[in-house]
Amino acid sequence: MELSIFQDKELAQKILQGIKREAERIGREVKLMHVCGTHEDTVTRSGIRSLLPENVKVMSGPGCPVCITPAEDIATMMEIMRMAKEEGEEIILTTFGDMYKIPTAMGSFADLRSEGFDVRIVYSIYDSYKIALKEKDKLVVHFSPGFETTTAPAAGILKEAIDRGIENFKIYSVHRLTPPAVEALIKQGTVFDGLIDPGHVSTIIGVKGWEYITTEYGVPQVVAGFEPVDFLMGVFMLLRMIRKGEVKIENQYTRVVKYEGNVEAQKTIKALFDVVDAKWRALGVIPKSGLELKKEYKDYEIRTFYKVKPPELPDLEKGCICGAILRGLALPTQCPLFGKKCTPRNPVGPCMVSYEGTCQIFYKYGALF
Amino acid sequence: MCLAMPAKVIEIKDNVAIVDFGGVRREARIDFVKDVKVGDYVIVHTGFAIEKLDEKAALESLKAWEEVMKAMEE
Repeated sequence: MELSIFQDKELAQKILQGIKREAERIGREVKLMHVCGTHEDTVTRSGIRSLLPENVKVMSGPGCPVCITPAEDIATMMEIMRMAKEEGEEIILTTFGDMYKIPTAMGSFADLRSEGFDVRIVYSIYDSYKIALKEKDKLVVHFSPGFETTTAPAAGILKEAIDRGIENFKIYSVHRLTPPAVEALIKQGTVFDGLIDPGHVSTIIGVKGWEYITTEYGVPQVVAGFEPVDFLMGVFMLLRMIRKGEVKIENQYTRVVKYEGNVEAQKTIKALFDVVDAKWRALGVIPKSGLELKKEYKDYEIRTFYKVKPPELPDLEKGCICGAILRGLALPTQCPLFGKKCTPRNPVGPCMVSYEGTCQIFYKYGALF
Repeated sequence: MCLAMPAKVIEIKDNVAIVDFGGVRREARIDFVKDVKVGDYVIVHTGFAIEKLDEKAALESLKAWEEVMKAMEE
């Protein structure tokens, strides 16, 4: 399949010309926000901010599910591991590579492993499930973060575990929903003229899942893919709408995203999870933004078996501005700790840890902007 | 963690496919893309194919953009 055209320099130049013309005709500052770590990667890696006209600003919102996972949930899971050990139960804890390193005032899962606990990094919840199938005498718990794109695989695997009656596999769900976070930012006063919707979250929820942000809050949106040409086209389409005064939602990523999304995945998520109010690290409690397993499947949630009171922990270290970065109010270079006290080797805040964290992406590609 | 990648389906057995990410082969669950066939391209996220990649739609979108850009130049 020859789709390298989406990285094509000439096509990108052409779109940039279009962007410049639209920006000139708009004639004022335009703030666009995206809410996806992979979009930030495309923007920063391709130097897109430096190519855009001066009056077009791209902000990065809460696009990293690992960054927004509450510190107290990580600490609670660590306490569950300790409690289980005292009771003589062996738990294998699995999670993703970036989640493993996220710092809290009580340490990280990496620290837990250095204490001698069995903590393993997996690429997929499927890998975690396969460990459970193999090591039947141990309990395997997957600490399961992620937005809709990761929730779908979690729901798929859980469904199979439930159908097959696999009892030694459980999760700690810290799944979160993306549109309610955007809604919360709007309500809290983050102002932006257009939203670039995350392509892969949209693969699951469809264009349909975002529509209410346009109809209820008057924000133009474009669902965009992840190649440089995709993102530039997304910017162009938004600017064109803004210039014409149109308030619509358009789909740039038609090669993957359908209007109705992946209905099968939505059905499975809905069958297993209930939508609840949930805390986001550095953003507070966001109504109807979290997912917890339905009552009838509570046996697959580790917190059903270990009652640990979540410790009170600060969301962020003093001086860390991950909160403002996640709200789309600041970029990493505005942080006094960025690149000095806070680096990927010694991260102070969550946005410097994850591959999808805005700070790590800025650090990795040189933070030229 | 959220990095979803296109991959080519090489082999299918029940609800698990072997997919090829430009040379690297891995297993991917296909629970959510039921009508997928060997040779199709899929978007894979944390071990799950979450959608098929539609080449025709991709090429059509390029054509549609070209028309918009042309109209703007006039």
